[in-house]
Amino acid sequence: MLLFIFLPIISVITQSLHIAHEQVFVEVENCDFFGCKKSTSVDRAATEQLRSEKPLGRFVGLDNYFNRSHLASSELAAAWESSASLGEFYNQLFNLPLYRAIIFTLVYTAVVTPLLIIFGFIVAVAVNSINEKLKGLVIFFSLLPMIVTPLVGSLILFWMIDARGIIGSTLQILLDNPDLSLKASTPLTWITLIVYGVWHATPFAFVVFYAGLQTLPQDTLESAMIDGASRWERIRYVVIPHLMPLVTFVALIQLMDNFRVFEPIVGFNASAHATSLSWIIYNDLDGESRLLSSASTTSVLTIIGVIILLSPVLVRAWRDWDRQA
Amino acid sequence: MNKMVKSSLIAVGLLSNSAIAFAGCGITAGTVNIIGNEFPAIQTIGAAASECAGEGVEVSTNLTKEHKEIQVPGLSGDPAEYTAAIVANSSIVPLMNDGLVRPLDDLIAKHGGNFTDKQKITIGGKVMAIGFMANAQHLVYRKDILEQAGVEPPTSYEDVLAVAEVIKSKGIMKYPFGAAYAAGWGIAQEFNNMFLGHGGDFFIEGSPMPNINNQMGVDSLNMMKSLTAYMNPDFLTLNNNEINAEWKAGNLAIMQMWGSRAGPLLSDEGSAPGVAENTVLFNPPTVGDGKVPATTLWWDGFTIARNISDEDAEASYLALVNAIDPKIMTDEVASQAVWMIDGYKPTPASAGVFATIEAGAKPYPMIPYESLLHSALGAELPDFFSGKESAEKTLADVEAAYIVAAKEKGFIN
Amino acid sequence: MNSSIVENKPLSLKLFSGVFIIIWLFVAAFPFFWTFWGSFKVELDFFSKENWTNAITGIRTLHETGGNFTGNGYHGAWVQEEFWRASLNTGIVCFFVVLISLTIGTLGGYALSRSNFRYAFWLLILALVFRAMPPITLVSGYLLPFFEWGLWGKLSTTIVVLVAINQPFTLWMLHSFFKKIPKELDESAMVDGCTAFQAFRHVIIPVMWPGVITTGLFSFLLAYNDFAVTAMLLSKENQTMVPKIASFMGTTQTEGNVMFAVAAVVLATVPLFILVMFFQRQIVSGLTAGAVKG
Repeated sequence: MLLFIFLPIISVITQSLHIAHEQVFVEVENCDFFGCKKSTSVDRAATEQLRSEKPLGRFVGLDNYFNRSHLASSELAAAWESSASLGEFYNQLFNLPLYRAIIFTLVYTAVVTPLLIIFGFIVAVAVNSINEKLKGLVIFFSLLPMIVTPLVGSLILFWMIDARGIIGSTLQILLDNPDLSLKASTPLTWITLIVYGVWHATPFAFVVFYAGLQTLPQDTLESAMIDGASRWERIRYVVIPHLMPLVTFVALIQLMDNFRVFEPIVGFNASAHATSLSWIIYNDLDGESRLLSSASTTSVLTIIGVIILLSPVLVRAWRDWDRQA
Repeated sequence: MNKMVKSSLIAVGLLSNSAIAFAGCGITAGTVNIIGNEFPAIQTIGAAASECAGEGVEVSTNLTKEHKEIQVPGLSGDPAEYTAAIVANSSIVPLMNDGLVRPLDDLIAKHGGNFTDKQKITIGGKVMAIGFMANAQHLVYRKDILEQAGVEPPTSYEDVLAVAEVIKSKGIMKYPFGAAYAAGWGIAQEFNNMFLGHGGDFFIEGSPMPNINNQMGVDSLNMMKSLTAYMNPDFLTLNNNEINAEWKAGNLAIMQMWGSRAGPLLSDEGSAPGVAENTVLFNPPTVGDGKVPATTLWWDGFTIARNISDEDAEASYLALVNAIDPKIMTDEVASQAVWMIDGYKPTPASAGVFATIEAGAKPYPMIPYESLLHSALGAELPDFFSGKESAEKTLADVEAAYIVAAKEKGFIN
Repeated sequence: MNSSIVENKPLSLKLFSGVFIIIWLFVAAFPFFWTFWGSFKVELDFFSKENWTNAITGIRTLHETGGNFTGNGYHGAWVQEEFWRASLNTGIVCFFVVLISLTIGTLGGYALSRSNFRYAFWLLILALVFRAMPPITLVSGYLLPFFEWGLWGKLSTTIVVLVAINQPFTLWMLHSFFKKIPKELDESAMVDGCTAFQAFRHVIIPVMWPGVITTGLFSFLLAYNDFAVTAMLLSKENQTMVPKIASFMGTTQTEGNVMFAVAAVVLATVPLFILVMFFQRQIVSGLTAGAVKG
C-alpha cells in the first residue's frame, strides 16, 4: 500500500526536476501510400546511449517551474516592465497558461464552495421537515446530480444548454434575447461552469447536513422555543452552531475538489474560455505529446496550491491535536 | 521443439505453397497481443487477426480510445505487453521516437504477404509499418441547397466564403458552413490544413524550430476567422460529433469532414428527410494561391513491437498479414473505410478521400515534434478566435508554448 | 420529536419550504427524467438540432422505428456491446474497493486514534495531496511499471490503485470518527476481560456504524464513477461501466453511437436507484448518529 502512495509522489517530484535527453536527429526519407518525402527522425542508437547512462533524463533543478508553461518568471517580469496599467498587466498575465488556469480555478472555488454550502443547508432543512413517507424518494432524487457520471451528465447538459436545447432556448425567451448563447462568450461559460459545479456538489453538502440535523439536541431546541426564540433565532443560535463542524468538513473537502475542477471543462468543451490546473495536466498528458515533466510540475504546483488554500484548516488541526494531547 | 527448426519449417511451408500456409495463418506458436484504436474498420482487422488463434497460438486485442496513452508504456517493457500496434501517421511517431517498433524487412523477406509495395510505410529506407486504410478531411455539400442558391460547388475556401454568403443572404440558412473548430486538437488540425494549403512548412528546414509566425500563418488564421462568420457562434465548442449531427439535422450546406465519417452521412438512417440523398462528397478546397488542397492525408497501418521474442514477432506479423489479406474484403467490410488493400472496390463513401489523394494533398507530417506543435496550437489559437489577440500575437504565443515543450522533450537545446 | 416543530410551522413557511423542495427536486432530477425519457428516442430526436420539443414528441423516432418509443439504445448497449459485462466488472470493483477500504480504514483508523503520535495531521496532509493530485498524473506514472510487472489490465490491480488513492482520505475520516469515541469505552471493555480485538469488534464497531456507512458511501461513489484510473488501467474485457460508456461516443474520425451511451447511463443509474431505495433507512440512520466532524 505504501508503495502506491509514496512512490508516485516521489516519482512525480523527481520527474518535475528533470527533462528528456537531447534528441539526436537524422535526416530520412519517409514513404507511404501518398509518396515519399524528406523528413527528420530521432536517431535511436545515439539517444539510447544517453538514456541508458542516465535513465531519469537531464536534471534541470527548478527550471520547469519557472518556464513559460508554469510560473513564467521572466515573462511575468517583462509584462510588469512593459505594462502601463494594472489592467494591461492583468491582460498579459491572463495570456500565460498557468495564471489563466489559476484565475479561473480560484474564482470557481471561491464562488462554488460557499454557494453549495448554503444551498445544501437550505435543502437539508427543507427535506428534514417533510413527510416521512416522501423522504426516501426525495433523498434519492436529491442525490442524483452527485452520483451520475459527470462524463455523461455533462454531455446531456451540454446539449440542454445549447442555444437550441431546452434550457438554452428557455433562457432566450426569458431574457428576450434570441442570439443568446451560453457557449460563445467567456463570462457566460464561466457562469455555466459555476452553476454546474453548484448543482453537482450541492447533494454532498445536503447529505452531510441532513445527517447532522438528525442529531440536533431536541432539548436545547425546545428550551429555546420556550424562551420565545423565533424560528430564525433557533436556526441562528442552535442549528448552525450544531452543524458548524460539518460545515468545516464540507468546506474542506469541497475546497479540495473544486480546486481541481476538470470534468465540466472537458464535458462542456469549454477550454477555449476556461482552463483549470487539472485541465492543464490532462492536456499535457493527452495524446501523442506526453509531457510528463510538465504535467508533474503542474501537479506539484497544484498540491502546493491546495495546501496554501487549506492552511487555515491545517493550522487548526495542528493546534487541536496539541490541545487534546 | 527447437524454435529455429519450427520457424524454418514455416518458411519452407510458405515458400512451397503459400495458399495452404495462409489457411491457418501459418503460425505454429507464439503470443499475439494487439493494441489499437476503436472503430469498425480496426475491429474488423482485430477480429480477422484473432481467427489465427489455435493450438499454441494466442491472439488477443485491446482496441480502445485510450490507445495513444497506453501504446508507449504498453510497448516499452521487455518483453512488451503488446506485440503489435495499429497506428496512424501521427501515432507511429511516439513509437518511433522511443524505438519501440521493429523494421519489418526481415519478416517480409521471410514470410512475404499478400499486400502491395504501396502499402509498405518506409522510414529511412526501412519498412516500419504496413498500411491498410487511408483517411482525409474533405468538403461535403448539399446539392439541393446549392442549387436553390444557384451556386457552383466550391473548390477553394474563397469559393466557400462566397457560396456561404449567398446562402446566408438569401435567407436559406443562417450558418451554412460547419467544421470542427472546437478548442484543442480540432482547431489545431484545421489550422494545419489551412497552413499546408497556403504552402507552409511548420518547421525551419532540418531543425525543430517552428516556422508558423509568418505571412502564411497570419493568412491561415484570417481565412479561418472569415469562415467563422458563417458558422454557429458556438464554434469553439463544436467537435466532429456535433458538426456531424448538425449536418444530419439538415442545418448545414457545406462542411469540412472526415472521410471515415462519410458512410453514415450517406445513409438515410439517422438523417433528417432529404439530407442524405443530397449529400455530395467533394474535393478538399484549396486556399489562396496554394497548389495543394488545404487538408492532410492519413493512413492506418500495423507495426510490430521491438521488445518481444522473434517467435512472437513472427506470429504477430503473420496474424496481421492474414488480417489485411484481400480475402477479408466483403461488401460490409468495404463500406467501413477507404481500404488500400488490393481487391477493394471503392464505395460511394470513399469518393471524397480518393478525390483528396488525387488532388495531391500532403500527408500529415511524421515529424518527431509535430504533436508538440499541434497541442500548442490547440491551446493557444482560441484566444485569436475569441477576439482577445491579434493573429501575430497568437502565433508568437504558439511558438513560445511549443519551444517550452520541445525543450522538455529534448528536441530543442 | 420533530413533529411538534413541524406542526407549529406557519402556513407561509410550510408553503415556502414545499415550493423550495419542489424547485430543488426539479433542478436536481429533471435532467435525469429527460435522459430517461430520451433514451427511448432516436438520436435525431433526443439531440435534436431542429427543435428541442422533438425530444418530447419523438417525430423522428416514429418515422424511423414505427413506434413512439424504441428500445434500440438498450438493446445495442446491453446485448450488442455487452454492457452487462461492464456492469459485472463495476460490481466487482465497487464491492472490493469498499470492502478493502473499510477494513483497512476501520482497523487503521482505530489504531491511529488510540496512538499518541501526531499521525492524524500527517494523514490529513497525505489525504490532501492525494485528493489534490489529478488521478491522471498518478496513472501515467503507474502505467510503465504495471506493464513491466505484468499487472496491467487486471481488475485486481485497479482495485488496489483505487483503494490506495482513496485510503489516506478514508483513514483520516474514520480516524476522526474514532476520536469521538471516548477511550474509556474500550478500556471498560478490556476490564471486563475482552481482548483488544474483542473490544474493537463488540464495543467499538457498533458505535462506529455511522462513520463506516458514510465512509463506505464515499468509497463506493469513487469506485463507481471513476474514469481516469479505470480507462487507463483496464483491458477491454475487464472494462467497467464508465469507460465503456465513453467508448460509445466515437472518436475524432469516426462516429460513435450516442444513444447507446444514453441508454447505458440510465442502466448505470438503475443499481444506484435500487441500492438507495433499499438502504435509504440504513444510510440515513447511519449518517445520523455520529455524522462527520472535522
